[in-house]
Amino acid sequence: MATVHIPAPLRTLTGGQAEVTAPGETLGEVMDRLAAEHPGLKERLTNGDRIRAGFAVFVDGVSASPYLNTRLDENAEVYFAPAIAGG
Amino acid sequence: MIMDTQTKPEYRVIGTRPVRPDGVDKVTGRAVYGADVQLPRMAFGKILRSPFAHSRIRNIDTSKAEALPGVLAVMTSRDMPEASATMDLGEGGEQDMSHASANVMAHGKALYQGHAVAAVAATSPYIAEEALRLIDVGYEMLDPVMDVHAAMKPDAPLLHPALFTETAGEKAAQPSNVASHTILEEGNIEEGFAGAAVVVEREFDTATVHQGYIEPHAATAEWKADGQLTVWCSTQGTFAVRSQCAEILRHPVSQIKVVPTEIGGGFGGKISVYLEPVAAILSRKTGRPVQIVMDRADVLMGTGPTPGGHLIVKMGADRDGNLVAAQATLAYEAGAYPGSPVGAGATCIFAPYRIPNARVDGYDVVVNKPKSNAYRAPGATIAAFAAETVIDEMCEQLGMDPLEFRRKNSAQEGDKRIGGPPYARIGHLECVEAALASEHYRTPLEKEGPGGKRRGRGVASGYWGNWDGTSSCTGRLNPDGTVSLLEGSTDIGGSRASIAMQFAEAFGIDYEQVHPAVVDTDTVGYNDVTGGSRTTFGTGFAAIQLAERMQRDIAAHLAELWEVAPESVTVENGVYSADGQRATLAEAAKLLSSRGRHVAASITAKGQNKSGAFAVHIADVEVDPETGKVDVIRYTDVQDAGKAIHPSYVEGQMSGGVAQGIGWALNEEYVYDDAGALRNPTLLDYRMPTALDVPDIHNIIVEVPNPGHPYGVRGVGEVPIVPPPAAIANAIHDAVGVRLTDLPMSPSRVWKAIYAP
Repeated sequence: MATVHIPAPLRTLTGGQAEVTAPGETLGEVMDRLAAEHPGLKERLTNGDRIRAGFAVFVDGVSASPYLNTRLDENAEVYFAPAIAGG
Repeated sequence: MIMDTQTKPEYRVIGTRPVRPDGVDKVTGRAVYGADVQLPRMAFGKILRSPFAHSRIRNIDTSKAEALPGVLAVMTSRDMPEASATMDLGEGGEQDMSHASANVMAHGKALYQGHAVAAVAATSPYIAEEALRLIDVGYEMLDPVMDVHAAMKPDAPLLHPALFTETAGEKAAQPSNVASHTILEEGNIEEGFAGAAVVVEREFDTATVHQGYIEPHAATAEWKADGQLTVWCSTQGTFAVRSQCAEILRHPVSQIKVVPTEIGGGFGGKISVYLEPVAAILSRKTGRPVQIVMDRADVLMGTGPTPGGHLIVKMGADRDGNLVAAQATLAYEAGAYPGSPVGAGATCIFAPYRIPNARVDGYDVVVNKPKSNAYRAPGATIAAFAAETVIDEMCEQLGMDPLEFRRKNSAQEGDKRIGGPPYARIGHLECVEAALASEHYRTPLEKEGPGGKRRGRGVASGYWGNWDGTSSCTGRLNPDGTVSLLEGSTDIGGSRASIAMQFAEAFGIDYEQVHPAVVDTDTVGYNDVTGGSRTTFGTGFAAIQLAERMQRDIAAHLAELWEVAPESVTVENGVYSADGQRATLAEAAKLLSSRGRHVAASITAKGQNKSGAFAVHIADVEVDPETGKVDVIRYTDVQDAGKAIHPSYVEGQMSGGVAQGIGWALNEEYVYDDAGALRNPTLLDYRMPTALDVPDIHNIIVEVPNPGHPYGVRGVGEVPIVPPPAAIANAIHDAVGVRLTDLPMSPSRVWKAIYAP
């Protein structure tokens, strides 16, 4: 079961919960499960086959591919953070 | 291979200070930089730039310019195809390529003074320059908005009528100059502040500043009749140039080769393209190679500075000095198109500390200035200026030593950065402790200087992440036992050496046996840009994997020649042995070559980084109360490098960041008039620090290994620019008792703070 940490402005879509759980072997599968429980969440976080521009995704502490086919371990911790670029 | 952060391994090569491979060419003037490229029949391009900050382009008449003898071609945005994709130039920072295309050459509106509107190619740069004066542009003047205060007003003129504020994927109903609103939140700030004994809130304004790389932008393009396009340029990332050119020109990426020249500094400002697509189009139109070189005014007016902004920071602590709540509002100038580093500022502002309740609101605001670009820890320096100044004031009210306060509240492994995952092993606490133990901090400062000057001491912390990204390397074993190591990462700060050292360490050979070269996009696998403090980390990671692959390949060849099982061949310190037979690498290379066996391998690898870098700085200043002039008289920077591969180059990065930070703190700023015209587009008037402005800088390298790298490397290039403005502001307060809340802290501003607050 993956744990997804919800960005602050989207917690209105999860009933105020800062983290939610869902099963899935990929980021996309987890997002699909969350979409059923929390309508609107997937649309706000994703765009087509990837995470929406402006967000970076961290899986188990490591910056991960923004594409929804990113593989997740069974108890993955998923964070969405602002996308940043270095100099 | 993951680093054990508790042990300190012994290394043969890592930690030594060998001579850099590119050193001789650079000190003898033989190194080829962007403007040194010369090709047969080469033409010279020049760019016409908008004199106005905000205007609609009604018409462009190029007929007179085209008729000038020696002029070969003229281009405008009409020669550019429509670009529409978004592109990730690194670390997830998305770039809208329609904006990138319009920034290269104005499409319809000129959005800042210096915005390119047309270009000429001619047989000499002088004819091209003359031709620019013959181009007639009809401008319809529009009101400019020059800072976030003006741009965020409800009735502000809009730069982009179709720009709507986006908040976590939701667009506002009305257009605005605010491109996005980032919100990060942990805990409950109302409850947190309710429990605070001391609360400090301040507002800050900072100016636009430029990276100030010494080498101006330069690009040469040759578009051949068969469609093959070759670009030579000074860039932080050849593959980023290739992909941007492919999208802006709508040309197949497979038909574009980018050749890197040496680079005279970038600091984030040489990732986006400016000249390359223009030179390419002019080359296509003329049938000749075309070279365009910016002068300093072009650089300051036409390329991306780092933004100014308005910041509000409020922090609270309990009576024992424990941080209980923090709140920040950051509004950063994006320049003419969305994409300021406000997300990074929001991420970094409170990163050194363990704070249970925090919220940051970040606004990305378009204004009529050049599109902002990355600059060394983008967004973090002005964020730290605000937060670390507030912390200093809290320490004053609590009666606490500011480093003891930082030790008490330091984030550590397992603590959570606002809006991000928990930290892996990090070294902020160790940096604070090293600063406390430093001779500098333990030596009392005499408060009276000569001639009535006042002295003060300040400290500040800073954080910057460490991007891993993707890197590729190719290695070829030569018959004499050396290895040719091909890299695609631009070498800005000594990375040829730091990557070759990691390869040598992993391969078990001497550094001198590795011959690194930075090559073009057709010659090596994909590399992300040299940026995000990633190259020694990420390309080093790939080089280590390459060394391990080549060792396995050599062992397999030797096993066949020695007629032993492959798994019986062992390698130790570069010596291969099995069943009583042994060969040094040189012997093995000679043997394999003589038997027609040649070893070469390529690796493409993405790092798996979980950690970032922290720094703690100590500044002593001397303030002249009569003039307001501030001199930095002593400076110590403490930084966690994870493992310093080449300590001299780590120290170079640290000192360089401090020097730039001193300029940012005290003097540098874009000065605009009321019409939005830049009044100081030369280095005579844009006041960068000289050797006379920078004291001897004492570097203290802390080594808390990064668990995400085989040797524990952390990125070191960016974080040293984060603390200086705050450390200097706090030192000024210690000297003369006033809080400076605006950058730069120029003599007039300091004087006014003392006498006319």
